[in-house]
Amino acid sequence: MMSRIFAIAAIEMRIALRNRWVAIAVAMMVLFSLVLSAAGSAPTGALGTDRLSVIVASLTSLAVYLVPLVALLMSFDAIAGEVERGTLPLLLTYPVSRTQIVLGKALAHLAVLAMALAAGYGVAAIAAIASDASALNGLPSLWRLFWSSLPLGAAFLGAGYTLSALARRPSGAAGLAIGLWLVAVVLWDLALLAAVVADDGGRFTTSFLPAALLTNPADAFRLYNLSASQATAAAAGLAGAANAIPPFAALASVLLWPLGGLAAAVLAFRRITP
Amino acid sequence: MTRMTTPLTLSQLTKRYAQVTALSEVTLTVEPGQRVALLGHNGAGKSTLMKIVLGLIPHDGGEVRVMGAPPGSALARDATAYLPESVAFHPALTGREQIAHYLRLRGRPASGAADILARVGLADALDRRIGTYSKGMRQRVGLAQALIGDPRLLVLDEPTSGLDPVSRRDFYTLLDELAARGAAILLSSHALTEVEARTDLIAILSRGKLVAQGSITDLRARADLPLTIQITVAEGGEPAVRAAFPGAEFAGRGAQIWVPQTDKLAMLGRIAELGSHVADVDLFPPSLEDIYTQISRRDAA
Repeated sequence: MMSRIFAIAAIEMRIALRNRWVAIAVAMMVLFSLVLSAAGSAPTGALGTDRLSVIVASLTSLAVYLVPLVALLMSFDAIAGEVERGTLPLLLTYPVSRTQIVLGKALAHLAVLAMALAAGYGVAAIAAIASDASALNGLPSLWRLFWSSLPLGAAFLGAGYTLSALARRPSGAAGLAIGLWLVAVVLWDLALLAAVVADDGGRFTTSFLPAALLTNPADAFRLYNLSASQATAAAAGLAGAANAIPPFAALASVLLWPLGGLAAAVLAFRRITP
Repeated sequence: MTRMTTPLTLSQLTKRYAQVTALSEVTLTVEPGQRVALLGHNGAGKSTLMKIVLGLIPHDGGEVRVMGAPPGSALARDATAYLPESVAFHPALTGREQIAHYLRLRGRPASGAADILARVGLADALDRRIGTYSKGMRQRVGLAQALIGDPRLLVLDEPTSGLDPVSRRDFYTLLDELAARGAAILLSSHALTEVEARTDLIAILSRGKLVAQGSITDLRARADLPLTIQITVAEGGEPAVRAAFPGAEFAGRGAQIWVPQTDKLAMLGRIAELGSHVADVDLFPPSLEDIYTQISRRDAA
């Protein structure tokens, strides 16, 4: 059974390489990491921490935006594209289940994401260590940022496949994916921030806000990385307001979302009659 | 599971879409080594029937068994190969990569891709992207993937569309080889003249009903259409031929007469009596086109 998942993953990887997705994702991560490394290096002395830890805090904020974006861009076409090209009916007559197809595609896309993140974070680490030897102290936080980015990516891959299966046309799926990214990554935080300001430390902030942050994998990912790295000082706004959330709760949310996203994708995919 | 299990059995198969009955109590079997052609107008239910056999869409009534198992089950999928009507592949992949992928999905070594593509005449295009292939070449890739893993049942939807005459002949030669090795073949076609000579059984679908099923000889007898006799009249023989066959239609030196199957020999005897007035005689049985038109018109009425 695993061999069929790997077969799907292998062909998807080949398509991603040939469509330049790997190159685009790697270039995007490297570029943003370099910009952040250059821009984020100035205030180190004031904070009294090593250079890499500060950069990790910046990279965390970057990853919250970029990882879901890259994941959605890779996944929106995965099922709708097969429907539109007319390749789906034939594939579904092969001895491979829809769950295996989704898992195979996810494995390949996650591998592309991992390559892009390794390249981007790696460049940032090299740049920091080259100019400040104490930056080696920040490596554990960087490693945590790397591996926790993968479940974040997997969650949005699952969401992307779900939208792809629901829309059945790549153009519709692309629109839904961008919409989801705006809501989950941008508007969600803005709405919470507005509510916190209006509430001014009332019941919303103390009881509803932590739950609202944990239900969003992007927020949970940010909370986990910032609280675990003790770098909350470098973070602003919501994360500061949510100090009450224990890291394990944030981690649980980050790890559970991929399962939910991929399960939703399989369910939506099963509803397609080729 | 023995090799002699009936590859495909449909009994009383019924499929409805809201108000429309797409298939109504279709009963059909395809035995090992048998080549069955499914004929019908667009919308007659051919593709629906095939998709049900493949387990792609559910059915509402009756029973379908593929190698004794339900359609879409692991056993049925293992034993079945499919060529969709307008087969498509990812344009960024090469023919070799695409076939290697399908081999892996069937649990076969991917190294066999070149051999399979050579069998369908694509040895020279192995490492070109499918996006650069012609429609006929894509159809051959489709056929190549259907050859993987010695399938017991091949379901081919309009397999020769887009193929040139030489490729069509090669295609039917491949099909004969597969049938000789015991594969059951169910194919649909619009090209009636080519299935006439190349299939064992013809099944005609009309508005979801199986209106006729049998060999071309059976169907001829059933349609009971007249034969056409073409007489080439000898120099100066026209008055004698006209006198003998008042119903004949003349065009130049040719005369056509139509006779029921049962009167064929008697009519040939009468023509022979005309002796030197007749230069030549040709006999044309009703074509599959004629039979098909007759049967689908009569039974759909």
